[in-house]
Amino acid sequence: MRELMLGNKAVARGLYEAGVKVISSYPGTPSTEITEEAALYPEIYCEWAPNEKVALEAAHGATLGGVRAACAMKHVGLNVAADPLFTISYQGLNAGLVICVADDPGMHSSQNEQDSRHYAKAAKAPMLEPSDSAEAIEYTKRAFELSEKFNTPVFIKMCTRVAHSQSVVETGERVVPDKVPYVKDPMKVMMTVASRRAHVRVEERTRALIDFAETTDLNRVEMGDTSVGIITSSTSYQYAREVFGDRASILKLGLVWPLPEKLIRDFASKVKRLIVLEELDPFIEEHCRALGLAVEGKSLFPVCGEFSQNLVRESLKMDTPKGVPFPESVPMRPPVMCAGCPHRGVFYVLKKLKCMVYGDIGCYTLGAVAPLNAMDLNVCMGASCSGLHGFNLAMGEEGERHSVGVIGDSTFIHSGMTGICDIAYNMTNSTVIILDNSITGMTGHQQNPTTGKNLRGEPAGKVDLEALCRALGFERVRVVDPYDLAATEKAVREELAAQAPSIIISRRPCVMIKGTVHLPPIKPDTAKCVGCKACMAIGCPAIAVRDKKVSIDTTLCLGCGVCAQLCKFGCLGGEGK
Amino acid sequence: MTKNIMIVGVGGQGTLLASKLMGRVLLERGFDVKVSEVHGMSQRGGSVVTYVRFGDKVYSPVVDRGEADVIISFELLEAARWLEYLKPGGRIVVNTQQVDPMPVITGAAEYPEDIVAKLLAAGAKVDAEDFLAVAERAGSAKTVNIALMGRFSRYLPEIEEETWLEALKASVPEKFLEMNLRAFKLGRE
Repeated sequence: MRELMLGNKAVARGLYEAGVKVISSYPGTPSTEITEEAALYPEIYCEWAPNEKVALEAAHGATLGGVRAACAMKHVGLNVAADPLFTISYQGLNAGLVICVADDPGMHSSQNEQDSRHYAKAAKAPMLEPSDSAEAIEYTKRAFELSEKFNTPVFIKMCTRVAHSQSVVETGERVVPDKVPYVKDPMKVMMTVASRRAHVRVEERTRALIDFAETTDLNRVEMGDTSVGIITSSTSYQYAREVFGDRASILKLGLVWPLPEKLIRDFASKVKRLIVLEELDPFIEEHCRALGLAVEGKSLFPVCGEFSQNLVRESLKMDTPKGVPFPESVPMRPPVMCAGCPHRGVFYVLKKLKCMVYGDIGCYTLGAVAPLNAMDLNVCMGASCSGLHGFNLAMGEEGERHSVGVIGDSTFIHSGMTGICDIAYNMTNSTVIILDNSITGMTGHQQNPTTGKNLRGEPAGKVDLEALCRALGFERVRVVDPYDLAATEKAVREELAAQAPSIIISRRPCVMIKGTVHLPPIKPDTAKCVGCKACMAIGCPAIAVRDKKVSIDTTLCLGCGVCAQLCKFGCLGGEGK
Repeated sequence: MTKNIMIVGVGGQGTLLASKLMGRVLLERGFDVKVSEVHGMSQRGGSVVTYVRFGDKVYSPVVDRGEADVIISFELLEAARWLEYLKPGGRIVVNTQQVDPMPVITGAAEYPEDIVAKLLAAGAKVDAEDFLAVAERAGSAKTVNIALMGRFSRYLPEIEEETWLEALKASVPEKFLEMNLRAFKLGRE
């Protein structure tokens, strides 16, 4: 059937058609829909794992059990999964294993702009890079063939523009390979003799894969005008075609590691000027240079940010369409915490107490933006716990009395647990606030091990956060309702003062979860309003003060009442002071 | 010839359903189509943009500065923000509803005045209306995206009204269908 399909949904379709039986993933933009869409096929078992390392290990385990398996993650998730990745590459599989990884050039929803292609090279696992949804289906299926033929995990590498663009596809039928029987093999124990042999096998495999790269139709030459030859892949291929049409020759690489040698030399010999067009790092360019080819790449195009057709035109000093900008400055519209967001009360208190706040990855990173400005820094998932511990080692009591880590429930399970273990075991009097909103929010409301539901929303095992923290060595574990500012402030003050490591669980479900009960919107008593703007300090998008009177956007307000606790005059339904 | 459409607005306004509907209509008519969306962080009340491109063969999934034939803006300020993406003499269909961004709410910036006049002065063809009011007349403020699609459909002579209505029937749940059909027609009128 011919249809318009999102890139990530097309990967899911490819997994389905390839007969995949098991998918284990951790959500992360722009990769999340791969697993969500795959889960709509009842034939595929799909799960959210606690983190990407666990997901890859689980998927690999499934291939040892004889079925095709996959996992999906964003680029930074691959850092977490890197440990099993390198050794799985040595050990091999019993059925095909595909790792879908999505980069985020331009950092639409990410903290860095790392280039996943380096992982393919470092772990010596082939990587396919589709340039639209039709290729996403085809390459995903081809990846399994490669995986089984060469006994290696294979990457499907997406980027935001391919992952989140819809283009036209033709779907096919699902074909499930026979289950492969499990046979015990001493060479699967990765130590000394077996590992040494495995490494030799991997090097032989790479040579075989390079031979494959020379002739596979995953790499294709599209000859046009030979004054310019462009080597490219992924969405950059689309920009090259958009800008040049057939006024250039193109070598379109679908297999971006390992790269062919002869094919590239042949192509180079047929064109006058050789250009590599690739987002992020000069990965293909450096390969060409190593082959001794005179090539232009990052001397023309930036390393940072996302490409577009105009960027290509401007970089090559070609005619570029121009628009007319608006004649005055347009205020920015940064993302904000939703009206009624339970995180807001916590950040209000942390700002009031002038805490150093070590943040983490999730919706609550928005606590950093005005007017709350209540986050000092963040690094990666889990760093709020371990990083805070290190900070307090250096700062001593002064740090312990004024600093907190904040981390969401899903992020805490992902990699905060080990960080607080460091706090309890090595005994800094650090205070970590778990922002438990009972969901993985930022990526679009996925279940996680603390919610008691699995990916399909069915009842599942449930982590007891209080019991877990106590078991890890915390004697001071308390729960607060972040809608209650006074109680939240009291908890933070007491735990900062305590001469012991502490956990505060700020518990209130995300207002965007279906089924969350909302209170009626607040109806301000404007006669009482003096226009003091105290209610504006929490940065709620439902509140505005116009002509010195407060107004509430009733289509946004969910009646959380946090603003009412700030109003001394009782005009927001509170008692006033 | 590739045609370039942009749908811009504030995260949460329902721009994704609008682009889904448009994609379905264009595919139905046999065009090659690409739709590029924004997911993730910006959906939390940030500025969002969806690109729709169609023609015989479409390569890039995005629309760039100076390339858009039509910009459909769900909010007034967003029309100003994306104006530079409009082709010289291109058209803007804009909902005059204003949603204050956080810098305006906190007083760090001011919401520009007379935006429609300034868009016209910049050479854009502007079709501005309070589509929230149109949607409410249709039965619900939530149909504002469909009312905007109705107005946009006027400027896409390639597609007959019937094709839009058929696509709407295929994209909207039964119980909301009548309301959405009404919103589309009121928008188109």
